[in-house]
Amino acid sequence: MLKQPTPESAPIIKKRISDPLPVQMALIGLTLLFFITFIFLPLGLVFAQAFSKGWEYYLESIREPYALEAVKLTLTTVAIVVPLNALFGVTAAWAITKFNFRGKAALKTLLDLPFAVSPVIAGLIFVLLVGSRTPFGSWLGEQGIKIIFSTPGIVIATLFVTFPFVARELIPLMEAQGRDEEEAALTLGARGWQIFGKITLPNIRWGLLYGMILCSARSIGEFGAVSVVSGHIRGQTNTIPLHVEILYSEYNFAASFSVASILVFLALLTVGVKVTLEKQFQKNSFHH
Amino acid sequence: MELFQGKRRNILPGFGLSMGYTVFYLSAIVIVPLSMIFFNTIPMGWEPFLHTVTAPRVLASYRLSFSTALFAAIFDAIVGLLTAWVLVRYRFAGRQFLDALVDLPFALPTAVAGICFATLYSPVGWLGETFAKWNIEIINSPTGIVVALIFIGFPFVVRTIQPVLEEVEQEIEEAAQCLGATRWQTFRKILLPHLFPALLTGSTLAFARGIGEYGSVIFIAGNLPMKTEIAPLMIMSKLDQFDYAGASAVALVLLLISFSMLLLLNAVQEWQQKEYR
Amino acid sequence: MGIELQNITKKFTGYTALDNISLNVASGELVALLGPSGCGKTTLLRIIAGLELPDSGKIILEQKDTTNLPPRKKNVGFVFQHYALFRRLTVFENVAFGLKVLPMRERPSRSAIQERVEHLLKLVQMDWAIKRYPSQLSGGQRQRVALARALAVNPKVLLLDEPFSALDAKVRQELRRWLRKLHDEIHVTSIFVTHDQEEALELADRIVVINKGRIEQQGTPQEVYDHPVNAFVYNFLGNVNVFHGRIKNGKVTLGTHHVDAPDELKHTEERASQAFVRPHEIGISRIRSAETDLAGTIQEVRIMGGQIGLNLACEGFEHPIDAEIQRELYLNLQLAKGEKVFVSLNRVRVFTSDYEI
Repeated sequence: MLKQPTPESAPIIKKRISDPLPVQMALIGLTLLFFITFIFLPLGLVFAQAFSKGWEYYLESIREPYALEAVKLTLTTVAIVVPLNALFGVTAAWAITKFNFRGKAALKTLLDLPFAVSPVIAGLIFVLLVGSRTPFGSWLGEQGIKIIFSTPGIVIATLFVTFPFVARELIPLMEAQGRDEEEAALTLGARGWQIFGKITLPNIRWGLLYGMILCSARSIGEFGAVSVVSGHIRGQTNTIPLHVEILYSEYNFAASFSVASILVFLALLTVGVKVTLEKQFQKNSFHH
Repeated sequence: MELFQGKRRNILPGFGLSMGYTVFYLSAIVIVPLSMIFFNTIPMGWEPFLHTVTAPRVLASYRLSFSTALFAAIFDAIVGLLTAWVLVRYRFAGRQFLDALVDLPFALPTAVAGICFATLYSPVGWLGETFAKWNIEIINSPTGIVVALIFIGFPFVVRTIQPVLEEVEQEIEEAAQCLGATRWQTFRKILLPHLFPALLTGSTLAFARGIGEYGSVIFIAGNLPMKTEIAPLMIMSKLDQFDYAGASAVALVLLLISFSMLLLLNAVQEWQQKEYR
Repeated sequence: MGIELQNITKKFTGYTALDNISLNVASGELVALLGPSGCGKTTLLRIIAGLELPDSGKIILEQKDTTNLPPRKKNVGFVFQHYALFRRLTVFENVAFGLKVLPMRERPSRSAIQERVEHLLKLVQMDWAIKRYPSQLSGGQRQRVALARALAVNPKVLLLDEPFSALDAKVRQELRRWLRKLHDEIHVTSIFVTHDQEEALELADRIVVINKGRIEQQGTPQEVYDHPVNAFVYNFLGNVNVFHGRIKNGKVTLGTHHVDAPDELKHTEERASQAFVRPHEIGISRIRSAETDLAGTIQEVRIMGGQIGLNLACEGFEHPIDAEIQRELYLNLQLAKGEKVFVSLNRVRVFTSDYEI
């Protein structure tokens, strides 16, 4: 969740209670040690491995047809999943934060459900629902529609896994903002869509954007669920992470890490965008 | 929509539309597919179900997933608290950089994390080499699984503690000081109890995530039956054999564990809020 | 001497919070630090407690130099504006905290702690809430518990930082009287910070008025109220009418009106001056009783409970004058808006400082 700015503290300047310098140094040192072993070394490793056979090989690995097909499939998935889940997130957040109704807490819990489900199970449920061995799936097959082991399967599994991201960003944000502005607009004669477009949307745009970015990041990187429903057909149902896995299991480490480096780059970008948006958010809310 | 209509009349427009769409989408994407687990397990009957989920290999996988996730969650609780403390309380060069990188495990695809740790800790890897000298095997062992899960669960703990720690009023600590408490006493008797619910929440989230985690684990685990086979992998291998009922049975137990964890957590949080807020 | 502050100076980036402050507080005395917000009074209190370090100067508590001691070794009780109770501890545990963190050899036995906590909670009339959590108490009750907690460690001095400002007006008044009574019972050397002159006047043995990091005046409430040394103090201690005039030949000119200059200014050369009159020190009558009375017209009547506020336009005065009279007088004189009356300025205070209001 994006951090929301805290109200300004009292004007009196107070000395912040702090720990003795040696304690500070020791604790910072320990933290750094953790970051080095768990964050920096793995990141460094990706690039070291990716370039272990030189630039040429790196470029070749990410430009070979199977890799490009994987990128294409992943982008297609993102292009379908993110708008759908964003639309849902906004709708659900509107329903939950602008109205009082019984069962609100239960609904909120249900929204978080996919977070508690193992990615493998997320894949499994769609195999059970529309796999070729199920009644519904075989009926679909007779109509010439194939879902599992093809792109639609990857899309719905990803839809499930990234389902809560946008709603989760927006609900606390809209709860904090309350209904006053919308109700004021109502008394001034605005209609439903006008209120939403002119009042609500501008207020939540950064949260919405961040939710969509999280949703894209997870869509790009989802492995377990997609792995179950994809069938691993090269050039057809391989997303980027699956491609990385195949290369890795063929002991083609340099190529595997080369493709993985794209994902690392996207992850770093996501983290960077989050920081930027948080600052933007803070700046914006000072105008309120 | 009668069911959801509250006592207070709602003033803003769009309740029916937004609620209708929410419930429809939620059912189509989440509820109906998830219910398949039950519909595929129920026809099995009780005996075969028990037989499937108590088979030694399956039990071993539950035990492994549960224990590795627990160890990782405990480690995350400690490191997460440390990191949150350092990030909130101290000012040093690179602090914001570290703060931003806390989210990396959220953003990094799990498969990439998996191959990174597998390579890093392989006997010829940067860190594995050193451990190999001491005869500590990390790859293909539960230790390796714990390492991967620590990485995955870390941000949950930091991000739940951070806001709570930021909101601790300075007066609370000053009051303790004026009453003669040392820094350590203040931390142990005042701050730690204050942070405890967040700490519990964060590590439970890390734990729940760890039980179901797949991508980052399979590369480092080695997947040896009875030894390093995690529960999600059991589901995977049953699926590969087209044993749909068996896969759902294993999944059902795993789901029930994670759900009850989260329900328990919710209950604890509610109780905490009633008591102290 | 309970507290001796010698030449305390504290600078923050950009401004001086405390400028060479020296102050003595006798043992058992209850002193109010009074001043507008940002005047440095809270900083001074925090320095005494050791929560801030002064840039220079000394803090001596009961003959012991404690300037560089950390707060936990100072043995002061501090009561915070927003209570700062420990949320996850019960009322009992809150009050017992200071005793339980004592080093093993100084720590009282469990039963002694129990007894002391019960005694203190009785003293603050909160013994019924011993098992409750702070969240279950009202603001006033929380502040009583906070006071008991501060007293538990037998502090040499008790410091209260705007202790009542977070409370409702009614509770505030009640708690104020109660604290005065409590202090008369236990006689612990106390300093409290406030920006509310009424609170200071009612509660303190002695008032120290602070402005812009300096002490303007100190004395008993009576002294400070009746004999303010300068315009700032006079103005800060209550509502006033201000007249800008000139002082010349022992007389002060206010509009077309003249009053005698105070003795110390009798022989000063001609200069600008300000004269102050409190609204309740203005006399109103239907007949002119002295030559210095002013003729005025009532422009506005405000009913303020037992008091009646009048807004008077007076001949020769540019700005209207505020007066407050008893309701009885108001009814007797049958006053109303637009009526003509005579106004006497009973106690005019004249200052020549350039202090601007």
